[in-house]
Amino acid sequence: MTDFAVELQDVVKRFPTPEGGEVTAVDHVNLQIQHGEFFSLLGPSGCGKTTSLRMIAGFEWPTEGKIVIDGKEMGRTPPYLRPVNMVFQSYALFQHMSVFQNVAFGLEMEKAHKAEISRRVSEALEMVKLTGMDRRKPKQLSGGQQQRVALARALVKRPAVLLLDEPLGALDLKLRKEMQLELKALQDQVGITFVYVTHDQEEALTMSDRIAVMSAGKVLQIGMPVEIYERPNCRFVADFIGETNFLSGTVKALKGEMATVSVPQFKSEIVGMAGKGLSVGQQAAISIRPEKIRISEKEVKDRNCFTARVVDTAYIGSDTRVIVDLGHDNRMNIWEQNTTSATDPSVYYYQQNQRVWVTLIPENTLVLPED
Amino acid sequence: METPSRRFSLTRLLRENSSLQGLALVSPTAIYLLLFVVLPMVLIAGLSFLTRGSYGNIVYQVNYSNYARLLDPLYLRILVYSLGVGAATTVLTILIGYPLAYFIARAPARQRSLLLFLILLPFWTNFIIRIYAWIMILRTEGFLNTILLNLGVIQVPLNILYTPTAVLIGMVYEFLPFMVLPLYTSLEKIENAQLEAAADLGARPFRAFLRITLPLSVPGMIAGSILVFIPAMGMFVVPDLMGGAKTMLVGNLIRNQFLTARNWPFGAAAAMLLMILTLVFTLYYTRKAGFGEEVLI
Repeated sequence: MTDFAVELQDVVKRFPTPEGGEVTAVDHVNLQIQHGEFFSLLGPSGCGKTTSLRMIAGFEWPTEGKIVIDGKEMGRTPPYLRPVNMVFQSYALFQHMSVFQNVAFGLEMEKAHKAEISRRVSEALEMVKLTGMDRRKPKQLSGGQQQRVALARALVKRPAVLLLDEPLGALDLKLRKEMQLELKALQDQVGITFVYVTHDQEEALTMSDRIAVMSAGKVLQIGMPVEIYERPNCRFVADFIGETNFLSGTVKALKGEMATVSVPQFKSEIVGMAGKGLSVGQQAAISIRPEKIRISEKEVKDRNCFTARVVDTAYIGSDTRVIVDLGHDNRMNIWEQNTTSATDPSVYYYQQNQRVWVTLIPENTLVLPED
Repeated sequence: METPSRRFSLTRLLRENSSLQGLALVSPTAIYLLLFVVLPMVLIAGLSFLTRGSYGNIVYQVNYSNYARLLDPLYLRILVYSLGVGAATTVLTILIGYPLAYFIARAPARQRSLLLFLILLPFWTNFIIRIYAWIMILRTEGFLNTILLNLGVIQVPLNILYTPTAVLIGMVYEFLPFMVLPLYTSLEKIENAQLEAAADLGARPFRAFLRITLPLSVPGMIAGSILVFIPAMGMFVVPDLMGGAKTMLVGNLIRNQFLTARNWPFGAAAAMLLMILTLVFTLYYTRKAGFGEEVLI
């Protein structure tokens, strides 16, 4: 047993462009993925997450750097010799083969015995709840079922690492949510390392043990979902994961974990948790999540408390979403959870232009280096 | 009381009657097919049961002997030989056309249309002229022999022209594009992800080709075979010019009966037989491969 299931060491991938130039898709990426981990590569399209995955699978070779799978350096090992299997975004099922033949394909390539193939295929189909579908052709299946066939086809090989390239992207929202939980349960059951590529931050938060957030070919932050959401290390991550409000200012003082930032538009200063790499005098982004802001109709005198004007209120059932203006058109989204069951609308709605006081609790306010 | 809407109106009739709409929509096609497919076919079928007059005219007298005459070993041999040449042409066009179509389908997208254009380019030249070009290449003092003799590969000129080999060369040359185009279409449709999936599941490139690419290109191969085999059976220019009229195919037989022997009823019977044979062959071929209308469309 080696330390990591997959390791990317300073991997760079450049592609030639049709104009004769070069584009860097993956830029000095370092990843260490543990055995049995559900690891997600999360980022907007074009961030290099799929290219990274394809390099692990062996469809692309790194321009620089090393890829190590299960302790073995892959170099230019072709895909058919790598101990990994992939679930494609388009599923890439073999249309001319039945479900059984699709799932059996990988085992036939291993020259497994017929009896073993048939046993393992049945097991795999049972695992993805497709028992009895083995004689159907992919075209006769729904999108969700096709997705399961793709999963069974890869899992039946018992790979060291399963690579998933936005496998749920083509499914509708409800099915996607179901499959997210099912995939996670399946991963716990088989204990195989999953490397999961997605642009859906909610999906990544729901399923992953750890997430690597990527942008423009670089890994910005690696951490558990809680770390990524609660302690983003830069403005991009805070912005990309969930929703947040930003204010810009200059770092005035650093004291322990806290940073004091002066925001030009406000007379007072804002205190928040200092992110890594901050120094006094630096430009900083203050990030605060909408659900972490307190809103009060009575005057509050506390630090980080400001008066604001209600611009709009939207009642969405579980929450009331309020947009306030802190002055100078500094708008903030605030979500208040509706914990009562009152039927009087005034309980949930603020009046337009109503004066309120918002409190940015320092522990919930993050001060991040400006990108 | 009379209202204007009560009067006959074609547009109103069409608006209200959906089956009439359908009829109106298919009628251009139906009329075309009737005029150019059904009518000539009925004429030929009818003709094949008539009698030849002494001066090559047609006598309207029912006569089944045209078909009986086709069973003569002389004509049966021509038929079998034609089937053989047609089959050989089909097989050779597959063998030569497949790598070509594969290469074009795998070429960068921008080069593909150029390559396809090059495949079709010879069609811009008259067919007869291209056949004469082949004659120039293949004849005893021709291009091929001159080169081979000068290179010292052979000592005595090869005798290719006016042999069955020459006929086959001409046929394969003529029909190759008809095989390459449908093959290209089905090869080009195969997603790269399918081959990646095969590689990912442990298939080496050759196995991936056998298990994925080849089966997925079968529809193209069938369509190409139909496009090659049927006209190859009826071809008479190539055997005439390159086979030195020594090689007789069904196409030559039909042509001769209509133009030289002036026995139209017998020629019509031979044409009917050829049509029935190719139809049977086509149906068998498509059904066996598990592709029905999909390919014929």
